[in-house]
Amino acid sequence: MNILVCIKQVPDMESKFKVNADGTWYDTVDLAWRMNEYDEYAVEQAVQLKEQVGDSDLTVLCIGSDRVKETMKKALAMGCDRGAHIIDDNAAQKDPFEIASIIATYAKDKSFDLIFTGMQSQDRGSAQVGILVAEMLGLPGISTIVAFTYDSGQITVRRELEGGIKAIVKSGTPALVTCQLGLNTPRYPTLPNIMKAKKKELLSVAVAELLNVEARQATERMYLPEKKGGGLVLEGEPAELADQLIKILKDKTTVLA
Amino acid sequence: MKTLLVAEYRDGKLLGTGNELVAFAQQLGAESAMFLVGSSSLLPQYDGTLYLADVKKYAEFNPAVHKQLLLDVIAKEQPEMIVFGHTSYGWDLAPRIALAINAAQISEVIDIVDGTLMVGSCNAKLRRDVKSRTEQTVITLQAGAFGPAEPTGTPNVVTINTDITAQMEFSGYEAADAGGVDLSKAEVIVSAGRGIGKPDNVPMIAALAKALGGELGASRPVVDAEWAEHHRQVGTTGQTVSPKLYVACGISGAIQHLAGMKKSEFIVAINTDKDAPIGEIADVLVVADLKQFVPALTEKLVNA
Repeated sequence: MNILVCIKQVPDMESKFKVNADGTWYDTVDLAWRMNEYDEYAVEQAVQLKEQVGDSDLTVLCIGSDRVKETMKKALAMGCDRGAHIIDDNAAQKDPFEIASIIATYAKDKSFDLIFTGMQSQDRGSAQVGILVAEMLGLPGISTIVAFTYDSGQITVRRELEGGIKAIVKSGTPALVTCQLGLNTPRYPTLPNIMKAKKKELLSVAVAELLNVEARQATERMYLPEKKGGGLVLEGEPAELADQLIKILKDKTTVLA
Repeated sequence: MKTLLVAEYRDGKLLGTGNELVAFAQQLGAESAMFLVGSSSLLPQYDGTLYLADVKKYAEFNPAVHKQLLLDVIAKEQPEMIVFGHTSYGWDLAPRIALAINAAQISEVIDIVDGTLMVGSCNAKLRRDVKSRTEQTVITLQAGAFGPAEPTGTPNVVTINTDITAQMEFSGYEAADAGGVDLSKAEVIVSAGRGIGKPDNVPMIAALAKALGGELGASRPVVDAEWAEHHRQVGTTGQTVSPKLYVACGISGAIQHLAGMKKSEFIVAINTDKDAPIGEIADVLVVADLKQFVPALTEKLVNA
Protein backbone atom coordinates (compact mmCIF):
# COMPACT_ATOMS: atom_id res chain seq x y z
CA MET A 1 0.00 0.00 0.00
CA ASN A 2 1.22 3.44 -0.94
CA ILE A 3 0.40 6.17 1.60
CA LEU A 4 0.98 9.93 1.59
CA VAL A 5 0.70 12.30 4.52
CA CYS A 6 0.94 16.06 3.98
CA ILE A 7 2.18 18.25 6.81
CA LYS A 8 2.85 21.92 7.42
CA GLN A 9 5.26 23.63 9.77
CA VAL A 10 3.62 26.42 11.78
CA PRO A 11 4.69 28.74 14.59
CA ASP A 12 3.82 27.86 18.15
CA MET A 13 0.44 29.54 18.62
CA GLU A 14 1.46 30.82 22.07
CA SER A 15 4.01 33.07 20.35
CA LYS A 16 3.90 36.85 20.46
CA PHE A 17 3.18 37.62 16.82
CA LYS A 18 4.42 40.68 14.98
CA VAL A 19 3.54 41.78 11.47
CA ASN A 20 6.35 41.64 8.90
CA ALA A 21 7.89 44.62 7.10
CA ASP A 22 5.58 44.54 4.07
CA GLY A 23 2.52 44.16 6.30
CA THR A 24 1.07 41.04 4.66
CA TRP A 25 2.19 38.20 6.96
CA TYR A 26 3.61 37.60 10.40
CA ASP A 27 7.30 38.20 11.06
CA THR A 28 9.06 34.82 11.19
CA VAL A 29 11.97 36.03 13.30
CA ASP A 30 12.14 34.71 16.89
CA LEU A 31 9.31 32.18 16.48
CA ALA A 32 9.42 28.59 17.68
CA TRP A 33 8.27 26.20 14.92
CA ARG A 34 6.45 22.91 15.19
CA MET A 35 4.28 20.51 13.23
CA ASN A 36 0.75 21.81 12.61
CA GLU A 37 -1.25 20.13 15.37
CA TYR A 38 -3.87 18.63 13.03
CA ASP A 39 -1.08 17.09 10.96
CA GLU A 40 0.30 15.22 13.98
CA TYR A 41 -2.95 13.27 14.01
CA ALA A 42 -2.65 12.71 10.26
CA VAL A 43 0.89 11.36 10.61
CA GLU A 44 -0.13 9.12 13.51
CA GLN A 45 -3.08 7.68 11.56
CA ALA A 46 -0.93 7.09 8.50
CA VAL A 47 1.69 5.28 10.61
CA GLN A 48 -1.00 3.17 12.29
CA LEU A 49 -2.36 2.20 8.88
CA LYS A 50 1.13 1.28 7.70
CA GLU A 51 1.59 -0.88 10.80
CA GLN A 52 -1.78 -2.52 10.21
CA VAL A 53 -1.27 -3.46 6.56
CA GLY A 54 2.41 -4.32 6.81
CA ASP A 55 3.68 -4.16 3.24
CA SER A 56 3.46 -0.45 2.58
CA ASP A 57 5.38 2.73 1.89
CA LEU A 58 4.60 5.98 3.68
CA THR A 59 5.78 9.33 2.28
CA VAL A 60 5.58 12.57 4.25
CA LEU A 61 5.34 15.71 2.14
CA CYS A 62 6.04 19.24 3.31
CA ILE A 63 6.31 22.54 1.44
CA GLY A 64 8.63 25.24 2.73
CA SER A 65 12.18 26.49 3.23
CA ASP A 66 14.98 24.37 4.66
CA ARG A 67 13.58 25.21 8.08
CA VAL A 68 10.73 22.67 7.59
CA LYS A 69 13.17 19.75 7.45
CA GLU A 70 13.21 19.71 11.24
CA THR A 71 9.46 19.09 11.30
CA MET A 72 9.75 16.47 8.55
CA LYS A 73 12.33 14.64 10.67
CA LYS A 74 9.77 14.40 13.46
CA ALA A 75 7.32 12.75 11.05
CA LEU A 76 10.06 10.36 9.90
CA ALA A 77 10.86 9.57 13.55
CA MET A 78 7.15 8.88 14.16
CA GLY A 79 7.31 6.22 11.44
CA CYS A 80 7.10 7.70 7.94
CA ASP A 81 9.44 5.92 5.50
CA ARG A 82 10.58 8.79 3.32
CA GLY A 83 10.24 12.53 2.97
CA ALA A 84 9.36 14.68 -0.03
CA HIS A 85 10.50 18.20 0.69
CA ILE A 86 9.06 20.72 -1.76
CA ILE A 87 11.54 23.58 -1.49
CA ASP A 88 9.77 26.92 -1.41
CA ASP A 89 10.98 29.97 0.48
CA ASN A 90 7.70 31.76 -0.29
CA ALA A 91 5.26 29.06 0.80
CA ALA A 92 3.53 31.36 3.29
CA GLN A 93 2.52 33.74 0.50
CA LYS A 94 0.81 31.00 -1.53
CA ASP A 95 -2.94 30.61 -1.33
CA PRO A 96 -4.68 27.29 -0.59
CA PHE A 97 -5.35 26.73 -4.31
CA GLU A 98 -1.64 27.00 -5.17
CA ILE A 99 -0.59 24.77 -2.26
CA ALA A 100 -3.17 22.13 -3.22
CA SER A 101 -2.06 22.29 -6.88
CA ILE A 102 1.56 21.68 -5.87
CA ILE A 103 0.57 18.62 -3.82
CA ALA A 104 -1.79 17.26 -6.48
CA THR A 105 0.88 17.64 -9.18
CA TYR A 106 3.35 15.79 -6.99
CA ALA A 107 0.86 13.02 -6.16
CA LYS A 108 -0.88 12.48 -9.50
CA ASP A 109 1.37 9.79 -11.00
CA LYS A 110 2.33 8.10 -7.77
CA SER A 111 -0.78 5.94 -7.18
CA PHE A 112 -1.28 6.68 -3.52
CA ASP A 113 -3.98 4.46 -2.02
CA LEU A 114 -4.59 6.81 0.87
CA ILE A 115 -3.71 10.45 1.48
CA PHE A 116 -3.89 11.99 4.95
CA THR A 117 -3.86 15.72 5.70
CA GLY A 118 -4.79 17.85 8.69
CA MET A 119 -8.27 19.40 8.46
CA GLN A 120 -6.71 22.88 8.55
CA SER A 121 -3.53 24.70 9.46
CA GLN A 122 -3.24 26.57 12.73
CA ASP A 123 -1.89 29.75 11.14
CA ARG A 124 -4.04 30.25 8.00
CA GLY A 125 -6.93 28.06 9.10
CA SER A 126 -8.54 27.94 5.64
CA ALA A 127 -9.53 24.25 5.84
CA GLN A 128 -9.30 23.93 2.06
CA VAL A 129 -6.11 22.19 0.96
CA GLY A 130 -7.03 18.57 1.74
CA ILE A 131 -10.38 18.64 -0.01
CA LEU A 132 -8.92 20.60 -2.95
CA VAL A 133 -6.23 17.95 -3.42
CA ALA A 134 -8.89 15.21 -3.40
CA GLU A 135 -10.96 17.05 -6.00
CA MET A 136 -7.94 17.79 -8.19
CA LEU A 137 -7.03 14.09 -8.15
CA GLY A 138 -10.65 12.98 -8.60
CA LEU A 139 -10.61 11.03 -5.33
CA PRO A 140 -13.28 10.73 -2.66
CA GLY A 141 -12.30 13.25 0.02
CA ILE A 142 -13.72 13.17 3.53
CA SER A 143 -13.07 16.05 5.90
CA THR A 144 -12.83 16.39 9.68
CA ILE A 145 -12.50 12.75 10.70
CA VAL A 146 -12.31 11.69 14.34
CA ALA A 147 -12.28 7.91 13.74
CA PHE A 148 -10.70 5.83 10.98
CA THR A 149 -10.66 2.14 10.15
CA TYR A 150 -9.35 0.33 7.09
CA ASP A 151 -10.36 -3.11 5.94
CA SER A 152 -9.64 -4.73 2.55
CA GLY A 153 -9.63 -1.58 0.44
CA GLN A 154 -12.55 0.04 2.29
CA ILE A 155 -12.37 2.84 4.81
CA THR A 156 -14.97 3.68 7.45
CA VAL A 157 -14.62 7.05 9.12
CA ARG A 158 -16.54 9.28 11.47
CA ARG A 159 -16.84 12.94 10.57
CA GLU A 160 -17.20 15.27 13.49
CA LEU A 161 -20.17 17.63 13.26
CA GLU A 162 -21.30 20.51 15.46
CA GLY A 163 -22.51 19.45 18.91
CA GLY A 164 -20.24 16.38 18.92
CA ILE A 165 -22.50 14.30 16.65
CA LYS A 166 -20.61 12.11 14.20
CA ALA A 167 -21.52 11.14 10.65
CA ILE A 168 -20.47 7.63 9.67
CA VAL A 169 -19.05 7.55 6.14
CA LYS A 170 -17.69 4.67 4.07
CA SER A 171 -15.59 4.88 0.95
CA GLY A 172 -13.44 2.75 -1.27
CA THR A 173 -9.79 3.57 -1.92
CA PRO A 174 -7.92 5.46 -3.20
CA ALA A 175 -9.26 8.23 -1.01
CA LEU A 176 -8.17 11.27 0.98
CA VAL A 177 -9.14 12.13 4.55
CA THR A 178 -8.55 15.33 6.55
CA CYS A 179 -7.85 14.75 10.23
CA GLN A 180 -9.45 16.53 13.17
CA LEU A 181 -7.94 16.88 16.65
CA GLY A 182 -8.60 13.89 18.87
CA LEU A 183 -8.54 11.33 16.03
CA ASN A 184 -5.91 9.30 17.88
CA THR A 185 -3.04 9.84 20.31
CA PRO A 186 0.01 10.99 18.35
CA ARG A 187 3.11 9.14 19.52
CA TYR A 188 6.28 10.75 20.79
CA PRO A 189 9.27 9.69 18.69
CA THR A 190 11.63 7.47 20.67
CA LEU A 191 15.36 8.13 20.70
CA PRO A 192 16.21 5.04 18.56
CA ASN A 193 13.57 6.14 16.04
CA ILE A 194 14.94 9.68 16.00
CA MET A 195 18.36 8.20 15.19
CA LYS A 196 16.89 5.94 12.48
CA ALA A 197 15.01 8.90 10.97
CA LYS A 198 18.32 10.60 10.20
CA LYS A 199 19.12 7.86 7.72
CA LYS A 200 15.77 7.96 5.93
CA GLU A 201 15.50 9.39 2.44
CA LEU A 202 14.59 13.07 2.25
CA LEU A 203 14.03 13.88 -1.40
CA SER A 204 14.02 17.55 -2.40
CA VAL A 205 11.96 18.96 -5.25
CA ALA A 206 12.00 22.60 -6.37
CA VAL A 207 8.53 24.11 -6.14
CA ALA A 208 8.84 25.51 -9.68
CA GLU A 209 8.68 21.94 -11.01
CA LEU A 210 5.24 21.43 -9.48
CA LEU A 211 3.57 24.84 -9.52
CA ASN A 212 1.66 25.65 -12.68
CA VAL A 213 -1.21 27.84 -11.46
CA GLU A 214 -1.62 31.37 -10.11
CA ALA A 215 -3.01 32.52 -6.79
CA ARG A 216 -6.74 33.26 -6.71
CA GLN A 217 -6.63 35.49 -3.66
CA ALA A 218 -4.21 37.86 -2.01
CA THR A 219 -3.65 39.01 1.55
CA GLU A 220 -3.63 42.78 1.29
CA ARG A 221 -2.84 43.45 4.91
CA MET A 222 -2.14 41.56 8.10
CA TYR A 223 -2.53 43.30 11.44
CA LEU A 224 -3.16 42.81 15.12
CA PRO A 225 -6.84 43.00 16.06
CA GLU A 226 -7.87 46.14 17.88
CA LYS A 227 -8.29 45.62 21.58
CA LYS A 228 -11.95 46.02 22.34
CA GLY A 229 -11.04 47.15 25.84
CA GLY A 230 -14.12 46.38 27.94
CA GLY A 231 -12.78 43.90 30.44
CA LEU A 232 -10.92 44.75 33.61
CA VAL A 233 -7.35 43.45 33.77
CA LEU A 234 -6.07 42.46 37.22
CA GLU A 235 -2.39 41.95 37.89
CA GLY A 236 -0.47 41.49 41.11
CA GLU A 237 0.13 39.14 43.97
CA PRO A 238 -2.11 35.99 44.05
CA ALA A 239 -3.73 36.48 47.47
CA GLU A 240 -4.54 40.12 46.73
CA LEU A 241 -5.89 39.19 43.32
CA ALA A 242 -8.15 36.60 44.96
CA ASP A 243 -9.55 39.24 47.34
CA GLN A 244 -10.13 41.64 44.47
CA LEU A 245 -11.88 39.01 42.39
CA ILE A 246 -14.13 37.88 45.26
CA LYS A 247 -15.19 41.50 45.79
CA ILE A 248 -16.00 41.87 42.09
CA LEU A 249 -18.00 38.63 42.06
CA LYS A 250 -19.99 39.82 45.09
CA ASP A 251 -20.73 43.16 43.41
CA LYS A 252 -21.43 41.99 39.87
CA THR A 253 -22.88 38.48 40.19
CA THR A 254 -25.28 36.63 42.46
CA VAL A 255 -23.27 33.43 42.70
CA LEU A 256 -21.65 34.25 46.05
CA ALA A 257 -24.88 35.44 47.64
CA MET B 1 -24.22 42.09 -6.24
CA LYS B 2 -25.91 38.71 -6.31
CA THR B 3 -25.31 36.03 -3.68
CA LEU B 4 -26.26 32.38 -3.39
CA LEU B 5 -26.73 31.26 0.22
CA VAL B 6 -26.13 27.60 1.06
CA ALA B 7 -28.42 26.67 3.96
CA GLU B 8 -28.14 23.49 6.01
CA TYR B 9 -30.43 20.71 7.14
CA ARG B 10 -29.46 17.92 9.51
CA ASP B 11 -31.24 15.03 11.13
CA GLY B 12 -34.74 16.41 10.61
CA LYS B 13 -33.88 20.02 11.47
CA LEU B 14 -33.01 23.23 9.65
CA LEU B 15 -29.77 24.60 11.05
CA GLY B 16 -29.45 28.23 12.20
CA THR B 17 -26.68 28.94 9.67
CA GLY B 18 -29.26 30.03 7.08
CA ASN B 19 -30.27 33.10 9.09
CA GLU B 20 -26.62 34.15 9.44
CA LEU B 21 -26.18 33.88 5.67
CA VAL B 22 -29.27 36.06 5.16
CA ALA B 23 -27.85 38.62 7.61
CA PHE B 24 -24.61 38.68 5.60
CA ALA B 25 -26.48 39.32 2.32
CA GLN B 26 -28.49 42.07 4.03
CA GLN B 27 -25.32 43.71 5.37
CA LEU B 28 -23.93 43.71 1.81
CA GLY B 29 -27.20 45.03 0.41
CA ALA B 30 -27.00 42.11 -2.02
CA GLU B 31 -29.70 40.19 -3.86
CA SER B 32 -29.87 36.57 -2.82
CA ALA B 33 -31.20 33.14 -3.60
CA MET B 34 -30.96 30.14 -1.29
CA PHE B 35 -29.87 26.52 -1.85
CA LEU B 36 -30.88 23.69 0.44
CA VAL B 37 -30.75 19.93 0.41
CA GLY B 38 -33.66 19.51 2.79
CA SER B 39 -37.32 18.73 2.98
CA SER B 40 -40.39 20.40 1.47
CA SER B 41 -42.17 19.73 4.77
CA LEU B 42 -39.68 21.93 6.64
CA LEU B 43 -39.07 25.07 4.62
CA PRO B 44 -37.01 27.96 5.97
CA GLN B 45 -38.69 31.32 6.42
CA TYR B 46 -37.03 33.20 3.60
CA ASP B 47 -38.10 35.95 1.27
CA GLY B 48 -36.74 34.78 -2.09
CA THR B 49 -36.11 31.83 -4.38
CA LEU B 50 -35.21 28.58 -2.63
CA TYR B 51 -33.60 25.88 -4.75
CA LEU B 52 -34.58 22.74 -2.92
CA ALA B 53 -33.28 19.19 -3.40
CA ASP B 54 -34.91 16.33 -1.52
CA VAL B 55 -32.70 15.09 1.29
CA LYS B 56 -34.38 11.67 1.20
CA LYS B 57 -33.18 11.23 -2.35
CA TYR B 58 -29.71 12.77 -2.03
CA ALA B 59 -28.71 12.09 1.63
CA GLU B 60 -27.47 14.59 4.18
CA PHE B 61 -23.78 14.03 3.46
CA ASN B 62 -23.00 13.24 -0.14
CA PRO B 63 -20.44 15.72 -1.43
CA ALA B 64 -20.27 14.72 -5.10
CA VAL B 65 -24.06 14.88 -5.43
CA HIS B 66 -24.55 18.07 -3.40
CA LYS B 67 -21.76 19.63 -5.45
CA GLN B 68 -23.50 18.88 -8.73
CA LEU B 69 -26.88 20.12 -7.47
CA LEU B 70 -25.23 23.36 -6.37
CA LEU B 71 -23.21 23.77 -9.58
CA ASP B 72 -26.41 23.54 -11.60
CA VAL B 73 -27.94 26.35 -9.54
CA ILE B 74 -24.77 28.46 -9.82
CA ALA B 75 -24.85 28.05 -13.61
CA LYS B 76 -28.43 29.29 -13.65
CA GLU B 77 -28.18 32.11 -11.09
CA GLN B 78 -24.64 33.32 -11.91
CA PRO B 79 -24.04 34.68 -8.37
CA GLU B 80 -20.91 36.72 -7.70
CA MET B 81 -20.66 35.19 -4.24
CA ILE B 82 -21.53 31.70 -3.05
CA VAL B 83 -21.87 31.86 0.71
CA PHE B 84 -21.60 28.98 3.20
CA GLY B 85 -21.38 28.82 6.96
CA HIS B 86 -17.90 27.80 8.15
CA THR B 87 -19.36 24.55 9.46
CA SER B 88 -18.66 20.86 8.99
CA TYR B 89 -21.00 21.03 5.96
CA GLY B 90 -19.66 24.33 4.60
CA TRP B 91 -15.93 23.73 4.87
CA ASP B 92 -16.40 20.32 3.25
CA LEU B 93 -18.45 21.45 0.26
CA ALA B 94 -17.07 24.96 -0.38
CA PRO B 95 -13.62 23.95 -1.74
CA ARG B 96 -15.24 21.50 -4.16
CA ILE B 97 -17.45 24.27 -5.54
CA ALA B 98 -14.61 26.83 -5.67
CA LEU B 99 -12.42 24.46 -7.68
CA ALA B 100 -15.23 23.52 -10.08
CA ILE B 101 -16.04 27.15 -10.96
CA ASN B 102 -12.40 28.40 -10.89
CA ALA B 103 -13.16 30.71 -7.98
CA ALA B 104 -11.18 31.83 -4.96
CA GLN B 105 -12.44 30.55 -1.64
CA ILE B 106 -12.02 32.78 1.36
CA SER B 107 -12.59 30.89 4.59
CA GLU B 108 -14.11 31.87 7.91
CA VAL B 109 -14.91 35.49 7.11
CA ILE B 110 -15.60 37.65 10.17
CA ASP B 111 -16.44 40.93 8.45
CA ILE B 112 -16.69 42.63 5.07
CA VAL B 113 -15.85 46.31 4.55
CA ASP B 114 -16.09 47.87 1.07
CA GLY B 115 -15.62 44.50 -0.60
CA THR B 116 -12.58 43.55 1.47
CA LEU B 117 -13.06 40.35 3.41
CA MET B 118 -11.60 40.10 6.88
CA VAL B 119 -10.44 36.80 8.35
CA GLY B 120 -8.59 35.72 11.49
CA SER B 121 -5.22 33.97 11.63
CA CYS B 122 -3.12 32.21 14.26
CA ASN B 123 -5.90 31.51 16.73
CA ALA B 124 -7.41 35.01 16.29
CA LYS B 125 -4.16 36.67 17.36
CA LEU B 126 -3.87 38.23 13.90
CA ARG B 127 -6.27 39.45 11.23
CA ARG B 128 -5.96 39.51 7.46
CA ASP B 129 -7.71 41.60 4.82
CA VAL B 130 -8.16 39.37 1.79
CA LYS B 131 -9.11 40.20 -1.78
CA SER B 132 -10.43 37.67 -4.27
CA ARG B 133 -8.89 37.77 -7.75
CA THR B 134 -11.63 35.77 -9.44
CA GLU B 135 -14.98 36.86 -10.91
CA GLN B 136 -16.94 34.61 -8.62
CA THR B 137 -15.92 34.07 -5.00
CA VAL B 138 -16.82 31.31 -2.58
CA ILE B 139 -16.83 32.31 1.05
CA THR B 140 -17.54 30.64 4.38
CA LEU B 141 -18.72 32.76 7.32
CA GLN B 142 -17.45 32.34 10.84
CA ALA B 143 -20.25 31.07 13.09
CA GLY B 144 -21.84 33.97 14.95
CA ALA B 145 -20.05 36.72 12.97
CA PHE B 146 -23.18 37.89 11.10
CA GLY B 147 -26.71 38.29 12.36
CA PRO B 148 -28.64 36.12 12.66
CA ALA B 149 -31.38 37.82 10.65
CA GLU B 150 -34.93 37.56 11.92
CA PRO B 151 -36.45 34.80 9.76
CA THR B 152 -39.29 36.14 7.63
CA GLY B 153 -41.23 35.36 4.45
CA THR B 154 -42.22 32.32 2.45
CA PRO B 155 -39.75 31.09 -0.14
CA ASN B 156 -40.52 30.61 -3.79
CA VAL B 157 -39.51 26.94 -4.05
CA VAL B 158 -37.80 25.58 -7.15
CA THR B 159 -37.26 21.82 -6.92
CA ILE B 160 -33.93 20.60 -8.30
CA ASN B 161 -32.59 17.18 -9.25
CA THR B 162 -29.47 15.48 -10.53
CA ASP B 163 -28.62 11.98 -11.70
CA ILE B 164 -24.97 12.02 -10.68
CA THR B 165 -23.87 9.08 -8.53
CA ALA B 166 -22.33 9.18 -5.09
CA GLN B 167 -18.60 8.75 -4.44
CA MET B 168 -19.05 7.52 -0.90
CA GLU B 169 -21.70 6.11 1.40
CA PHE B 170 -23.22 8.05 4.29
CA SER B 171 -24.58 5.56 6.81
CA GLY B 172 -26.15 7.67 9.53
CA TYR B 173 -25.18 9.43 12.72
CA GLU B 174 -23.62 8.47 15.98
CA ALA B 175 -24.84 10.56 18.91
CA ALA B 176 -22.41 12.67 20.93
CA ASP B 177 -20.90 10.81 23.88
CA ALA B 178 -23.52 10.97 26.60
CA GLY B 179 -22.43 11.85 30.11
CA GLY B 180 -23.79 12.56 33.55
CA VAL B 181 -23.34 16.33 33.49
CA ASP B 182 -25.67 18.73 31.74
CA LEU B 183 -23.52 21.85 31.78
CA SER B 184 -26.31 23.92 30.27
CA LYS B 185 -28.10 23.77 33.64
CA ALA B 186 -25.10 24.81 35.75
CA GLU B 187 -25.11 28.34 37.25
CA VAL B 188 -21.35 28.38 37.55
CA ILE B 189 -18.84 26.66 35.27
CA VAL B 190 -15.10 26.64 35.87
CA SER B 191 -13.31 25.35 32.79
CA ALA B 192 -9.83 23.97 32.37
CA GLY B 193 -7.82 24.70 29.24
CA ARG B 194 -4.48 23.56 27.93
CA GLY B 195 -2.83 26.26 30.04
CA ILE B 196 -3.34 24.17 33.18
CA GLY B 197 -0.26 22.32 31.94
CA LYS B 198 -0.88 18.75 33.02
CA PRO B 199 -3.69 16.38 34.04
CA ASP B 200 -2.55 16.52 37.67
CA ASN B 201 -3.86 20.08 37.79
CA VAL B 202 -7.45 19.17 36.88
CA PRO B 203 -8.44 18.49 40.55
CA MET B 204 -7.26 22.02 41.43
CA ILE B 205 -9.71 23.45 38.86
CA ALA B 206 -12.45 21.07 40.00
CA ALA B 207 -11.91 22.24 43.59
CA LEU B 208 -12.49 25.86 42.53
CA ALA B 209 -15.65 24.79 40.68
CA LYS B 210 -16.88 23.09 43.84
CA ALA B 211 -16.04 26.11 46.02
CA LEU B 212 -18.16 28.25 43.69
CA GLY B 213 -20.99 25.71 43.72
CA GLY B 214 -20.47 24.94 40.06
CA GLU B 215 -19.38 22.31 37.59
CA LEU B 216 -16.08 21.56 35.96
CA GLY B 217 -15.91 22.31 32.25
CA ALA B 218 -13.10 21.85 29.76
CA SER B 219 -11.79 23.09 26.45
CA ARG B 220 -11.28 20.82 23.50
CA PRO B 221 -7.52 20.17 23.91
CA VAL B 222 -8.10 19.04 27.49
CA VAL B 223 -10.79 16.59 26.35
CA ASP B 224 -8.73 15.37 23.40
CA ALA B 225 -5.86 14.67 25.79
CA GLU B 226 -8.35 12.73 27.96
CA TRP B 227 -7.74 14.93 31.00
CA ALA B 228 -11.54 15.42 31.18
CA GLU B 229 -14.57 13.58 29.80
CA HIS B 230 -16.21 14.71 26.56
CA HIS B 231 -19.47 15.63 28.31
CA ARG B 232 -17.56 18.42 30.08
CA GLN B 233 -16.43 20.00 26.79
CA VAL B 234 -17.63 23.54 26.12
CA GLY B 235 -17.62 24.81 22.56
CA THR B 236 -18.76 24.17 19.01
CA THR B 237 -18.33 20.41 19.21
CA GLY B 238 -19.26 20.19 22.88
CA GLN B 239 -21.95 21.99 24.84
CA THR B 240 -23.14 25.57 24.48
CA VAL B 241 -23.56 27.17 27.88
CA SER B 242 -24.66 30.48 29.39
CA PRO B 243 -24.16 30.26 33.16
CA LYS B 244 -24.28 33.19 35.58
CA LEU B 245 -20.52 32.87 36.00
CA TYR B 246 -17.99 31.30 33.66
CA VAL B 247 -14.37 31.03 34.79
CA ALA B 248 -11.90 30.13 32.04
CA CYS B 249 -8.64 28.78 33.46
CA GLY B 250 -5.72 28.61 31.04
CA ILE B 251 -7.98 28.88 28.02
CA SER B 252 -6.57 31.02 25.21
CA GLY B 253 -9.97 31.57 23.58
CA ALA B 254 -10.15 29.75 20.25
CA ILE B 255 -13.29 30.78 18.37
CA GLN B 256 -14.73 27.26 18.76
CA HIS B 257 -14.54 27.63 22.53
CA LEU B 258 -15.85 31.20 22.60
CA ALA B 259 -18.85 30.14 20.50
CA GLY B 260 -19.84 27.79 23.31
CA MET B 261 -19.61 30.21 26.26
CA LYS B 262 -19.66 33.84 25.16
CA LYS B 263 -23.30 34.28 26.20
CA SER B 264 -22.38 33.61 29.84
CA GLU B 265 -23.59 36.44 32.10
CA PHE B 266 -20.20 37.12 33.68
CA ILE B 267 -16.86 35.85 32.40
CA VAL B 268 -13.62 35.64 34.35
CA ALA B 269 -10.46 34.54 32.55
CA ILE B 270 -7.33 33.46 34.36
CA ASN B 271 -4.33 33.40 32.07
CA THR B 272 -0.62 34.20 32.07
CA ASP B 273 -0.93 35.68 28.57
CA LYS B 274 -2.35 39.19 28.75
CA ASP B 275 -2.93 39.12 24.97
CA ALA B 276 -4.89 35.85 24.86
CA PRO B 277 -8.08 36.27 22.76
CA ILE B 278 -10.20 35.19 25.77
CA GLY B 279 -9.41 38.66 27.18
CA GLU B 280 -11.56 40.18 24.41
CA ILE B 281 -14.76 38.78 25.86
CA ALA B 282 -13.86 38.46 29.54
CA ASP B 283 -15.38 40.88 32.06
CA VAL B 284 -12.33 40.33 34.22
CA LEU B 285 -8.94 39.03 33.08
CA VAL B 286 -6.72 37.90 35.94
CA VAL B 287 -3.13 37.79 34.74
CA ALA B 288 -1.65 35.16 37.02
CA ASP B 289 -0.06 31.75 37.34
CA LEU B 290 -2.95 29.32 37.80
CA LYS B 291 -1.03 27.10 40.18
CA GLN B 292 -0.68 29.99 42.63
CA PHE B 293 -3.84 31.93 42.04
CA VAL B 294 -6.47 29.16 41.84
CA PRO B 295 -5.61 27.51 45.21
CA ALA B 296 -5.45 30.98 46.85
CA LEU B 297 -8.89 31.85 45.50
CA THR B 298 -10.37 28.46 46.41
CA GLU B 299 -9.06 28.71 49.96
CA LYS B 300 -10.54 32.16 50.48
CA LEU B 301 -13.91 31.04 49.09
CA VAL B 302 -14.01 27.91 51.24
CA ASN B 303 -13.03 29.82 54.40
CA ALA B 304 -15.28 32.78 53.73
